[in-house]
Amino acid sequence: MAAIAPSAGRLLGACFGAVMNLPERPMRWAQSRLRDGRLGWLFVGPNLAVFGLFTFLPIAVDFWYSLTGSTELLPKNRPYVGLDNFTTLLACGEYLDPNSCVRDTFWYGVWNTAKFVLLQVGLMISLSLLTALVLNRKIIGRGVFRAVFFYPVLLSPVVVALIWKWILQRDGVLNAALRSTGVSSTNWLLDPNWAFFWTVFVSIWAHMGFYTLILLAGLQAIPRDIYEAANMDAASPWRTFYRLTLPLLMPSLVVVFILGMIRAVQIFDEVYVLTGGGPGTATTFMVEYIYNTGFAQSVREYGMAAAASLLLAGVLLVFTALQLKGLLRVGRGSPH
Amino acid sequence: MSTPLGIAALALLATTTVAAVEANAAKIRVACYSDGNECEATEELSARFMKDNPDIEVLIDKMPYKSILESLPVQLAAGNGPDVARVTIAGPIMKYFLDLTPYLKDPGYWETNFGAMLPWLRPNATDKGIYGLPTQMTVTAPIVNKTLFEQAGMPLPGPEATWDDWVAAVAKVAKATNTPFGMAWDRSGHRFAGAAISMGAKYFDANGDPAVIDDGFKAMASRFVRWNEDGVVEKDVWAAAGSGYRDAFEEFANAKIALYLSGSWQLTRLQKQISDGFDWVVVPNPCGPASCTGMPGGASFVAFKQTTSPKEVARWLQWLASEPVYAEWMAMTSNISGHAALQKGGVKYKLTPAGNAAIAAFSLNASKISPVAYRLQGYPLSGALFNPVVDRLSQAINGQITLDQAYQRITSDVADAIAAAAKK
Repeated sequence: MAAIAPSAGRLLGACFGAVMNLPERPMRWAQSRLRDGRLGWLFVGPNLAVFGLFTFLPIAVDFWYSLTGSTELLPKNRPYVGLDNFTTLLACGEYLDPNSCVRDTFWYGVWNTAKFVLLQVGLMISLSLLTALVLNRKIIGRGVFRAVFFYPVLLSPVVVALIWKWILQRDGVLNAALRSTGVSSTNWLLDPNWAFFWTVFVSIWAHMGFYTLILLAGLQAIPRDIYEAANMDAASPWRTFYRLTLPLLMPSLVVVFILGMIRAVQIFDEVYVLTGGGPGTATTFMVEYIYNTGFAQSVREYGMAAAASLLLAGVLLVFTALQLKGLLRVGRGSPH
Repeated sequence: MSTPLGIAALALLATTTVAAVEANAAKIRVACYSDGNECEATEELSARFMKDNPDIEVLIDKMPYKSILESLPVQLAAGNGPDVARVTIAGPIMKYFLDLTPYLKDPGYWETNFGAMLPWLRPNATDKGIYGLPTQMTVTAPIVNKTLFEQAGMPLPGPEATWDDWVAAVAKVAKATNTPFGMAWDRSGHRFAGAAISMGAKYFDANGDPAVIDDGFKAMASRFVRWNEDGVVEKDVWAAAGSGYRDAFEEFANAKIALYLSGSWQLTRLQKQISDGFDWVVVPNPCGPASCTGMPGGASFVAFKQTTSPKEVARWLQWLASEPVYAEWMAMTSNISGHAALQKGGVKYKLTPAGNAAIAAFSLNASKISPVAYRLQGYPLSGALFNPVVDRLSQAINGQITLDQAYQRITSDVADAIAAAAKK
């Protein structure tokens, strides 16, 4: 028995070696045929093929749809209309007044999205930073608080929206609480201003934990000795924050800013369940307009939806370029 | 061959034969949504059909109504749709319908008994194809919480009462009983259309082209917006949007409104959910200067061209359409019969007294439907006429746009949708 074990091990080793050496011959062949610079394509080729199939091809199809009309789904049945869809979307008497635009709902979506991005991203970064600063201190129950702030991130957007809908609806938890204290109730989701406020609030509540976590990691990466030196120099807390913490946290802040902004521009799921874009079009954002135009109307305008989605993609592209530029600048200025 | 061996061989043969028949059975996939229990009832009846027709297997795929509206057209366009689907709005998917006429034993039976509803499945008036089986006839009408009226000491307005009479009555009932709202309407352009037609709306011009906005339409739209602003109508239902709006049925079932404008398809839910919670009655559609009409409607099982089993689909639908089976089906689902012969008392409903009264009242409302309403329901792009009304009136209710702007937008939205559908 004892003699069998080493020979079985050798056999297993030989088999393993044979399997591991299988790619050797084709690789030698490839190396002899391809120059060094081209060999890399062989490795990234399969990945690129998959990426192309599921990313570049849909983008190309989207481009084609945006240049075609009719309600037909299959590209071969769709007539070419040139830039008609774009010109219809962009036709406005006064861009700041959606009611003067041919497709007013699109422009309501554009301005609502712009307003949402400004408010939501600004408030979320401020609150995330504040929370991260507090959670970075040695406070009682720090672990519990970190978990509490991160918990909403684990919830599905639909669950988040449903929970808040139950709280905010006319006979919801919030109004019941207000009534019990003698305060008159408000129809939070029917007043356009309140409905908008709550979409911002719920979105911040749901995503803040994720960004807090990134900023917390950034804060913990700052060496302690810098703070000790500042302390020895009798720097005030505000000066320490402004001159040390903030610059050193900048790479994390740039990431949070850009990720938050992209996510805010793409807002759909929570709002769709919470307010459905209403009341009226008070909380209709760009993605919801695209969804409604392409999939929810009885007459589906796939071309118009594709054109709107390309305009949205253009906005996202600008933000991504800003992110790259910001990261490069921060990278160049980094002391590390 | 010994006896036990012979029995075993026969058993094996029988098993393999059954397996072979099952394997060769033509499969009919049915995309089905329910208002009440329509899919369950169809499944139960189909089990009996399959027993008598072992060469056909009927598979009922239950899905939400939203999937029928949003996913089915995409499946069909991709050539990956079901064999049959239960639909209410035919227009957007009409081009995929299969004309069953060549496969039916007696097309005349269908014309005689379903002739009023078959045109709704046809692309134009000259087409005489039979594209599906109406699974029910529906009619919109107000459903009233009678208990609230009794508590308020108010009599129900009579059969000739106008919309204004009803609004005044429900406002008084709501005030007297401390009910949050007087009434709510389903958030639907179809439901609004019945009331608008009563006020004189025509929806089409003299040439037969869509022309939604006219004096009759404006008369009802201005009233409806005002009732929302006054708080007589529950604002949560129409003012919200997308999936954010309130289900008016739930508000009625929870006694938060005195009058609910919906339709006969709610009968199963009314019986099941309200039960003896309060007394409810279906009343005649309120009148306007033009008529006292609701909107007709109905769902149908339609067959699709891409089915590989057209004969079997026709056999199954033919069986469901046969008078005794159809009568049983209507009784099981508490629906108004789409079968003309059965409309004259041929269905033995198993309903509560309130349910029986409701069926009678819905049937009475069905007999008073305006020809304008039938024409509108039969228009292939009726959805393109209904949806902008909801979206734009909702904006007007919220004060985002004026009523005049809403009228302009409805006109342009309808024109855009029709132009988009016409592009080839």
